[in-house]
Formats: sequence, structure tokens, C-alpha cells
Amino acid sequence: MDIERLNKILAVFEGERGGLISILQRVQEEFGYLPEAALSLIADFLKLPPSQVFSVATFYDHFYLTRRGDHLVSVCQGTACHVLGARDILETAENCLGIKTGQTSSDYKYSLERVACLGSCALAPVVLVDDEVHSKMTVRKVKKILTEDLDDTETRT
Amino acid sequence: MEKSISIQSLEDYKIGSVESLRLLRETIFADQQTTGKLVSVCCGSGCMSSGSEHVRDAFVRKIKDHELEDEITVKKTGCHGFCERGPIVVAGPEKIFYQHVTKEDVPEIISETLIENRVVERLLYEDPVTGQKCFHENDIPFYQKQRRIVLKNCGIIDPTSIEDYIKVDGFRALAKIISQMTPEGVIEEIKLSGLRGRGGAGFPAGIKWETARNAPGEEKYIICNGDEGDPGAFMDRSVMEGDPYSVLEGMMIAGYAVGASQGIIYVRAEYPLAVHHLSTAIARATDMRLLGHNIMGTGFNFEIKIVKGAGAFVCGEETALIASIEGKSGRPKPKPPFPAIQGLWGKPTIINNVETLANVSRIALNGGKWYSEIGTPTDKGTKIFSLVGKVRNVGLVEVEMGTTLREIIFDIGGGIPKGKRFKAVQTGGPSGGCIPEELLDLPVGYESLAKAGSIIGSGGMLVMDEDTCIVNIARYFLDFAQNESCGQCTPCRLGTKQMFKILQDITRGRGKPGDIEILLELSDAVKQASICGLGMTVPNPVISTIQYFRKEYEEHIHERRCQALVCRSLIFYRIKDYRCKACLKCLQACPVDAIIGAKWQVHEIDQSKCIKCGTCMEVCPKRFNAVECVTGLTEVLRDQSE
Amino acid sequence: MSDVTLNINGITVRADYGATILTAAHDAGIYIPTLCHCPDVSSIGVCRLCLVRIESRRRPEPACRTIAEEGMVVVTDDPEIERLRRVILELILSDHDFNCLLCPKSGQCRLQELVNRIGFKEHRFNRLDRVAKDLPIDTSNPFFDFNPNKCVQCTICVRTCHEIVGNDAIDMAYRSYDIRVSTFADQPLNESACMSCGECMERCPVGALVPKKAEYPNREVKTTCPYCGVGCGLYLGVRGNTIVRARGDDESPVNKGNLCIRGRFGYNFVDSPDRLSLPLMRAYDEFTQPSSVVEVTEEGRPVTLPLVKREGKFVEINWDQAIKYVASSLAHYKGEEIAAVSSARCTNEENYLFQKFTRSVLKTNNIDHCARL
Repeated sequence: MDIERLNKILAVFEGERGGLISILQRVQEEFGYLPEAALSLIADFLKLPPSQVFSVATFYDHFYLTRRGDHLVSVCQGTACHVLGARDILETAENCLGIKTGQTSSDYKYSLERVACLGSCALAPVVLVDDEVHSKMTVRKVKKILTEDLDDTETRT
Repeated sequence: MEKSISIQSLEDYKIGSVESLRLLRETIFADQQTTGKLVSVCCGSGCMSSGSEHVRDAFVRKIKDHELEDEITVKKTGCHGFCERGPIVVAGPEKIFYQHVTKEDVPEIISETLIENRVVERLLYEDPVTGQKCFHENDIPFYQKQRRIVLKNCGIIDPTSIEDYIKVDGFRALAKIISQMTPEGVIEEIKLSGLRGRGGAGFPAGIKWETARNAPGEEKYIICNGDEGDPGAFMDRSVMEGDPYSVLEGMMIAGYAVGASQGIIYVRAEYPLAVHHLSTAIARATDMRLLGHNIMGTGFNFEIKIVKGAGAFVCGEETALIASIEGKSGRPKPKPPFPAIQGLWGKPTIINNVETLANVSRIALNGGKWYSEIGTPTDKGTKIFSLVGKVRNVGLVEVEMGTTLREIIFDIGGGIPKGKRFKAVQTGGPSGGCIPEELLDLPVGYESLAKAGSIIGSGGMLVMDEDTCIVNIARYFLDFAQNESCGQCTPCRLGTKQMFKILQDITRGRGKPGDIEILLELSDAVKQASICGLGMTVPNPVISTIQYFRKEYEEHIHERRCQALVCRSLIFYRIKDYRCKACLKCLQACPVDAIIGAKWQVHEIDQSKCIKCGTCMEVCPKRFNAVECVTGLTEVLRDQSE
Repeated sequence: MSDVTLNINGITVRADYGATILTAAHDAGIYIPTLCHCPDVSSIGVCRLCLVRIESRRRPEPACRTIAEEGMVVVTDDPEIERLRRVILELILSDHDFNCLLCPKSGQCRLQELVNRIGFKEHRFNRLDRVAKDLPIDTSNPFFDFNPNKCVQCTICVRTCHEIVGNDAIDMAYRSYDIRVSTFADQPLNESACMSCGECMERCPVGALVPKKAEYPNREVKTTCPYCGVGCGLYLGVRGNTIVRARGDDESPVNKGNLCIRGRFGYNFVDSPDRLSLPLMRAYDEFTQPSSVVEVTEEGRPVTLPLVKREGKFVEINWDQAIKYVASSLAHYKGEEIAAVSSARCTNEENYLFQKFTRSVLKTNNIDHCARL
């Protein structure tokens, strides 16, 4: 882990009250996840017990303590998506990527997550690949996106 | 005193007094009167996902190509609420409403509507009932029964432009209040309006403010709760994205009334566009000195910052939200003390929902009396619902309190698609309940829905048809609840877990006699004994579904039957041998090779291999219609005896 | 502050101003069940077993957090409340590994007590799904074990570590059903910030935190901890003639029942086979070698390690010989040439005498002590 980069982030929060969650968010943005070493340094910086920092980092859904894949596939499981078959979509995504929900593929290419609701209920069921929203999903469409499109972006980049 | 402002100097114009705000508004008015035609492209999250950004880019490019920049302005607006029809474009002086616009349609809209003032018929909305084409937003039945007070600017103004907001009377209410009214007067006005919290609990806003005003302490806080966690609800998202300045103004008014000079907006991180628009709004307002020190020269100070949530539904609960802002785990604390007396950093704190605060700026402008005349004698004003599920017109609807569920679902929502039958509507998300068909004429209001075993909640409204399994829905909500329980108090942590397990067993064909009674007993204990609002309400989906659909539970438990054909363990597919033409279609399509048969040999499904994906039924040609899906113990027995 | 008078179950009860309903009731001899309450730390009201009905309140309130008010009317056990308690207890048991016979806490477990007190019909034990939690037991700490499968998430240990010890080695991590007591990054206790004081173990109401040495004493001896100058009061639990447990003396004004790792767990030296019972002297020192000494052989008692820095063997001598030797050696020096160091293992009286001897007989102030505070 790059301590320089971490210190740069921390410097911004100097003297701010209650900044723990914002700091964790920024650090995760920078490193993709929250490395253990970063957590202890954050605890030192905020003069908080490391156990409390760990408690916060594990309480919230958005924080990851292990390395994530390059592409994040999130399948919305909101109510609107649920009644329109979001469970099948999630299962299909699991099969396509060969990983279970919450896991990261061994080559660190993909992570698969379920999200509670993306607020795009009119377009249900919704799948979010990185920052792109795919709307009105069907099992077939998901298969297509996850097998073809991701490979495309791979070759493009 | 200055008499006019040149538009060029607008960028760094500072509003130093009430008078200069008025001057600015007049200048903007005069300027926009003279500019030419307008085309608005919806850039709310819904339309963006459908590609509205490409549409907007296409407009900008084409207009530049044709050198029409001086005559046509492209504006991006917030959400129209009719996301299903996106991308939405409103074009020309006639404000023609186009739906499902793609970038290929752009040249035609420019040449026809914007230049020739003609209508592009094929992009109009067509009423599915009458077949009539609708030219304007207001002609569409979806909008006709709505009364848009909170959403009045959404889809009209550019959410990032402070000038646009000022033009539609923005900050006028604030100016009036901080220059002419006492804080007590403002609270009286809010009390008179009868505004109740739109976040779920429906606590009267005026009383909350008064408590915080009277609480001792120099430092006080206003928190805007934008942690819209209910799955299937997105009204706060649209308001924050489409009309962020209204939220800021509402917070400032609350700040003035309560005596607070600091505001915090707590937004879900899942709403990046809302965060972006709110940050832009705060920056612009601060630039113009509408936020900060000595606002409009009245001596009122207020500043606002944004805190992003980190993914915990329970943080919608006031004390958990405060803990989260303080940098702790979002575990609720027992009340009292109430946040209005001891909140953020131990100081008196007002937490109001986004919609509540947006209402505040409207009330402040038009008066409490005006607001109190909207709605019913007991429930004032309007409420935004996010109408989702098995309904034709999915989207955001803002209706007067007292509108019936039937009007919302059938008149505005356009009823159930595909000719299916309505079964129930779930309101209030994980904290709400299911309302069956016989109660459809119930007017929406805090008490009326509570009496029916549900709540208004934040405004989620999930419509279910005959293909929706009620037990499955209850299981879904309990799954959500047990994941989102903070885990500190016993009944909520373990009670929701056990309830979920029982419901899962029932949907998996392992229900036992007596399960319903245990569910009810656990529901009651979780409701009564939990610390916070989450535990107190999450059993509601179970209680209300048992109340109205007990028969369906019993069918699942005793007959192993799922009428809606949703619970996979309770259904199976079979091929009617007398209809099967042995065409091999299903045999080839089956992903697990569970179909036995050959050319000229009638197909049969090997139940031990079947994963019940339904592919065979999907691919079987309609004229054969040989695959059927059946459920129930008797069916299983019959099948085995054959 | 003046007292308040309230009514609990029809009985008029007087309570201190600011006291909770729970304290008021317990002081008046009225039982209210509770699992997460511990008088030493703040109350958070999470177990929900102490819920009581208060007149004019809509919902039942936790007695451990509700302050008794003048004229309050409280009912601790109406049928509704009893029913809630049974369901909550049923839920806790459905999540608890209750192999009580093998549990070191058996007989002293608060959960067992609650089952007895609240009353539990047999069918309730199996009505709910029993969850087979299978989390690893943390045995890394040399003095106590943490078994998360028996934990009831009362958070008394976390509050103790935070409020009493101030060490914050543990906190509640994760959420919903997965919530659990955890060190930073789920480290084993011996790698974490834990100082092994055992305060948490002492307060754990169930068998989640238990001492490794699970022998019960049959009598207790009151004494003062010999380790440092603080002088904590403690009770040594003795079984036969062996110390098997130590606990802080609640009445002691010094430590009010608390102890550190040394006081609580450091009593093994008393019965250590390594412990010296006679003075030792280096065998090659011909200067004063007494005639009657016996050499310690390699096969005999092991020679204490810290003393064998150089070559040469130690021999046991008697006290008279030792004192004679020291006195004759000291005679070669005087005043500031001498420095004296005494031990915390000695009693305060012995230490007092030693410094007196050093100052007034040896005539030097060069005196120090290994636990100088």
C-alpha cells in the first residue's frame, strides 16, 4: 500500500470532526478497498481505537476489506426489480461470471454484488456494470452484457 | 442603488440584499423573454440510463452545425417522473412532450418542431385506452390527476442553474422570511400548514421545530435526510436531482426558524447525480452569497455541507443517521433523548426528509393557510409516491392527500398491464403493509393507511398482480429486514432472522402447521420490543399479508401450492403428451437436458433434473401449447400415480 | 438530591433521584430479569428483557435505562410483558450453544438463571430453528478463551474495555445477525491491543469469555496484590492449598474490584516449582564458601535461569549463612557507595523495613524498587 497516497488523503481531513466515514470513502475510492494497514493508519490519524474503525468499516455495506475486481457488477434487488424477476437476473449473473454474490473472481476481473435499490425503479430490473446502468434486464440480456460487453471493454482498454 | 444588471456580469453577481434578489429575478426574466426557442432534455437518472445524454449531445451538435445557437437553447432538466417513457424531450414554445427519444430523432425534432413549429407525431405519447395522441405533458392521463407542488420545478428547470431557480420564484420565500418574519412566526406558519414529516413516521414538522427552537443551546443543526433506503422508492432522489435549490431553501428556512446556522445533507452514495447536483447548488448559492455569512444583509448565517451515506438502511433512522454523521456505526440509540433536544454532537438537531423540506419552501412562499387547504382535513398537502411493479405507468406521482389508491393505480398508473388481475398494493416499503383489492377505495393518508395495517412511509407503492406470490413478497421484505437490522437489540436481530427462515421454509415447500401462529407471535414481539423504528415496523409486511392473504399462506403450507407459480419448490413443469408434437424445440433449449424424447417421440420432463427455469414453456410454439406449469400437492400426487 | 417515590407492582418504592427503574426495583427486592445490564458500566438496553410497562407510555420501556420519576406507576410482569420476555428468551436460546453440562460457566450463567426465573415450557426449546453457529473459538489468550458461539451480544465486555479499562481492544463489528465482538481486523486476542486484564471475562454473563483454568475455589482469602505500588485489594480463591483464582475486592477503595493482568492471573509463582525457597550462592566463590553447602546438580532442581549468566554453579545455603555473607560483604562499603533495590514481591511492611535499613543503617538514599510508581 502506498502510504504517501494515504497521507495525502488524510491531510485534507485535518481537523475535521467526525470525518471517519468520509475518510474511509475517500480511501476506498483511491485504493479500491480498505487495506488493513490503511485502517490502522486512519485510526492513528483520528486518534480513535483501531477496533472502532474496524467496527465502522464492517458495519456499512459499501466498505470492502478485500481487493475487488476491476469491474463491479451490481444487480439491483429493490422491490420493483424483485417482482420483475431480479432473482433470476442475479442467478444468471452468478452463472455467467462463475462467482457467488459478494465474491470476486480469482483473476480479480469481476466482483458481483447485490444492491438494495438504485432508485431506477421505472427501468426495472436494473443491472449496474461499473457506472453504466442497464435497464429492463432479462435473463438473455444479462447473459449478453456479461459475456460479450465486458470482454469488449477488456479488449478496448 | 443599482437599477439593472447586465447578463454578462451574472457569473459573479453577489446578492447582498432582498432588493438585489428581486432585481436579479427581473433581469433573468427579461433576458429569457428575448432569447429564442427552448428544447429541454430530461437528464434525471432514469432518462440518463435510457440514453438522454446522447440525445442532449446530439441536440447541441446539430444546433451548432446549423448555426442556430442564438435561436435555440438546449436545457437539461430534472426528472419528469415518467421515467419509463424516457428519454423525455420537451420542445419548442408549444412545449410538445416527446417520449422515447433517441439521438436519431434529434434532426427531425429540430427541423420540424423547433424550426417549422410542427409536431412529430410518432414520438408523442399515445393513451393506451383511447388511442389518442397527447401533445402536452398535461394531456397525458398520468399527469392529469396529479397535483405537483413539490415536483413543480422538476422537469422544468435546469437543476444546476441557480438563475433558473431564481426565475421560478426561488429564494423569494427565504427573502420574505428572513427580512420580515420572526422565527416564531415561521414555526406558526408551518404549524398552520399541518405539514407532517414525509420520511415515514409523519411527525408534525412545526412541533419538531418548536421543540428544537426551545431547546437550550447556542449551536443547533438542520439535517436533511436524503438516505432514501426503501427499496422501490425514488422520490427524494428525483427532488434532489431535479430541484436541489428547493431543498437548500427549505433547510435555510428551517435553520432560521430553529436558530441553526449549520445544515448537513445526508445523501445515499448510490445517488451520485444527486450528490453532484446538490454540491453544484451549494457552490453556486455560496458564490452568490445566498449561503454563508449575513445572507441578504439580514444577519442570518447558514452554511450547508454534504455527507454521503455508506450503505445502511437503518441510517434513515434519526439517531442512527446522527451516529453515522459523527463517524460511528449507524446503530440507533433509544429515544428519549430526542434529537430535537440532544442530537448531533449532543446539540439540538432537526432531521427532516427531503420531501418535507421541499414542501417547506412552497409553504413559506404561499402561506400555511394555502397549504392547509390542500388534501383532507386530517392530512394536508400532497405526497409523492413512487409507483412501481406490475403497473402500466411506472413513475413518480404527486397527488393530494386523500386521493384513493384506485385513482393512483388505475387512473394515473393506467392499471395492470397484460390484462392481468390486480392483487394487492404494498405501500411504505419494508416498513409497510399490503393492501388488498377490497380496500382500493381507501384514501391515502397517515391514519387511513395505518388502520389498514400499512403506512404511507416514504412513499413506495408496489403494485402486484395475480402473478405475484404474497408469501414470496413477505419473504423478500424480511430478507431485506434481517440484512439491514443493525443487530444490537435481540428481538430485531434474532426475530427477523427466524421470521425470514420460517418464510423461506414456507416458500420452499417445508412449511409446517403452526408456522403462521409463530410468525404472528414473533412479529408482535419484534414490533413491541425493538429499540428503533426499523424493528418496530419491519414485521408489518408479514402481519398485513397474513391478515389479508392468510389463505395463500395456508395453501403454501398445507397444500404445497403456490397459485402465482412463483415459488420454485412448489411448482413443476410437465408436457401434455396429447398436445406435444415432438418438435424437439424444448428438448434442445433445456439448459440441463432434463427433457427426454426424440423426433417422433413425445417429450417428457425428468423432474429430478428439472431446475424449473421455464425455458421449455417459453420455447414451446403457441399453437401447440404443450407445456404447462402446475402447483400443489394434489397435482404432485396425481402426477406420481400416473 | 431528594428521593422520588414511585409505584412498582402496587408497592410504593423510594428511589434515589436519578436512579433507574431497574435499580429502584432491585433495591426494593423486586426482580426484573436482565442480561445486558451490568452495574459497573453504562446501560444500553439492548437485550430487551427488562422491558416493563409504565402507565401512560405507549410502548414497554427498558427498566435499565428509564429513570424513575415521581409518581410513576410501573408494572414489571403483566401477561403481555411476560409473553414478550419468553419470546425474546426463546430467540436468544435458539441462537445459543447450550451444551450446559460441558460449559465452565454452568451454575453461574445468567442465561440459565433467566430460564429458571422466567419459566420456560419444554416445547419452546425446539419450536424455532436452532442455528448452528460454528465460529472458531479464540484460545490465543494465555488466560482466557473467547467462544463467540456462546456470546449473546450483550456488549458488556465492549463497554468494560471502553469505560473501565480504557483500552478499546474490542468493539462490536459487522451488523445484523453477523454482529459480533471483535478485535481490530479480527485478530486473535493475543495479537490484538488486548492487555489480558480479564475485566471483560469477569463480567461476561454467559460462557463466552471463560478462564482457561476453570477450577472453582472452596474458600477465599482477602489480601493485597504484591505486584506494584498501587496495592489493589484482592481475594485469592483457594482450593485445597492452591490458589486457583483471584478477583478484585469491590470494597477496596484502591481498585474498586478491578484488577490488571498481574493481579488477576499472575498468582502462579506462588506454587511454582521454580520458586526459590533457600538463598543461593555461586559455587566457585571461595571467599565465603560454607562447609555445609550442597551443590545443585543438573539432574536435581533446575537452576533458575536469570541467575546463571556466568559459568559456575549455584548452591543452596541457609538464611544465617546468607545474612552473614551479605553483612560481611557490605562491611567493605559505606554510604553512597551502596545502592539497594527491593522487590515488589515483598510485602509493603518488608519494603518499609528495607528502606528504613538502607537509609538509617547503611546511610544512603540510593534505594529503589522494581515497581516504583
